[in-house]
Amino acid sequence: MVAAAPTRRKAGCTAAYIALLPMALTVIGAYVCTMLWTARVSVSSARIFPTGDFVGLGQYERLFRNARWLLSLENLAIYGAIFVIACLVLGFLLAVFIDQKVVGEGALRTVFLYPYAMSFVATGLVWQWILNPELGIQRVVRQLGFTDFTFDWIVHQDKALYTIVLATVWQASGLVMALLLSGLRGVDEELWKAARIDGIPVWRVYTSIVLPMLWPSLSTAFVLLFVMVVKLFDAVVAMTQGGPGTATEVPAKFIMDYLFGRANIGLASAASIVLLATVLAIVAPLYYARLKAQARGHA
Amino acid sequence: MKRDVMREIDLPPVRRRPRSRITPARIGVYAFLVTAALFFLVPLYVMLVTSVKPMDEIRLGNIFALPLSPTLAPWHSAWQAACTGLECEGIRGGFWNSVWITVPSMVLSIVIGAVNGYALSFWRPRGANLLFAVLMMGAFVPGQVMLYPLVRALAAVELYSSLPGIVLVHVIFGMPMMTLLFRNYYAALPEELFKAARIDGGGFWRIFFELMLPMSTPVIVVAAIMQVTNIWNDFLLGLVFAGSDHLPMTVQLNNIINTTTGERLYNVNMAATILTSLVPLALYFLSGRWFVRGIASGAVKG
Repeated sequence: MVAAAPTRRKAGCTAAYIALLPMALTVIGAYVCTMLWTARVSVSSARIFPTGDFVGLGQYERLFRNARWLLSLENLAIYGAIFVIACLVLGFLLAVFIDQKVVGEGALRTVFLYPYAMSFVATGLVWQWILNPELGIQRVVRQLGFTDFTFDWIVHQDKALYTIVLATVWQASGLVMALLLSGLRGVDEELWKAARIDGIPVWRVYTSIVLPMLWPSLSTAFVLLFVMVVKLFDAVVAMTQGGPGTATEVPAKFIMDYLFGRANIGLASAASIVLLATVLAIVAPLYYARLKAQARGHA
Repeated sequence: MKRDVMREIDLPPVRRRPRSRITPARIGVYAFLVTAALFFLVPLYVMLVTSVKPMDEIRLGNIFALPLSPTLAPWHSAWQAACTGLECEGIRGGFWNSVWITVPSMVLSIVIGAVNGYALSFWRPRGANLLFAVLMMGAFVPGQVMLYPLVRALAAVELYSSLPGIVLVHVIFGMPMMTLLFRNYYAALPEELFKAARIDGGGFWRIFFELMLPMSTPVIVVAAIMQVTNIWNDFLLGLVFAGSDHLPMTVQLNNIINTTTGERLYNVNMAATILTSLVPLALYFLSGRWFVRGIASGAVKG
């Protein structure tokens, strides 16, 4: 804080308050009020229009008896676990291998990251085409002579979810690579020299020393991927529309369907509050840990 | 909290190393990288070759084969004849809708983000940090929580399903990132600069326009790249808020491909997909390092 010119600063502060009005309106109107409104609707019996009654946790009970919601949650858990782990592992490997002073590093980085510039819709559509059982990979391999080869996951009840993992990992692992690569470049050259002198194998250095040092980059990547998981909607709509059957239904799509298709805003609101609580439960501790670490760093 | 986002986040230049001998380990490294590069490039390749093949060739051939008789007809059709639902005017309408949505949303959210960041870093009015903290939580909130109330609110002021409505929604959803980006950038500037300007009698707006803004070119470029990419690639908000006259390109693309009845024209579909991805991809390939900066500074929110 500047103590030298308190009066003038105060005068300027009026302008600052006015300048921050759009932000204040957004925070209060668009973030806080909408959340409160949604929370309020989730404890009412509203269907097409909001109602003023209070039904306690009735909507939540109904929600957790809804087979489609439970399936959506299960799908999201399976999808999320595989997607996050796959992106982190693939992104880490790409970053480590690219960090071996290879020829054409710039080109490789460009190649690994370009899918991230594409929309989930485009990503979903491309992979839908490549995985098309009649004309895609399956047929190419059969043409090669392996006539029994089957790769019809995208139309297969039990496996369609994994095709969405495949497409979104393709899209997002470059992001992890970019984040971890900048972390890796912060590792001191001396560390490598010391390790070489002590005869420690390179892979040991990576797993035991470098990986823990990358913790901040990893947690950032984790949070970004986690937010993508919760928001998963576009890619599913583009690739499978939730199908075959209900095999790839996810919570974000469930909410959209109940809000706009099935006109049951009470149930949809309860579902969005559950989703919000999940996000906060996972992100808030990380956020808090980050703030504490920063505070310590400046103490 | 003061950190130079731009510098911290930037990938350092490509390292050059004296040539090393060929060892099995080196071969392994390249084998992995080349395999990975193929995995990443195959979809782009398939999109391109499919989009220039006639349908006969697609039906009989294999998706990885090069086109035998390349044609640009699918591109032509995707641009101005493919059907989205009942209308068959191609994806060009969606393209222009996306342009009209993206440009004002980007400009507005950058202006507001810059003013927010400046006020938060230098003026720090009472209560502003609390607002900022809540705004940052907003970055993690799943959009679904806000969708329906926003629909009702916009409908109440007759902005639902309109161009100003969808622009406003993009500004709202982009505000956490934009504010954070500019706040961190300004926080890394020396405080003395601001103090000197104050002593010279500069007021809030004068310091902003004459001192801060001219120094903000790098962060504005990063912000513009981020916003164009995000808004162009958006699907959910466009679907809900834009209304049928202003549907963005991503929504129209999905309509073309997933609601067609009759024979699926895969070549037209792929041409339309490429056309839809063209703006962010071009931005990515042209801007290179700036794009990476944007991603990484967006990542700081973790």
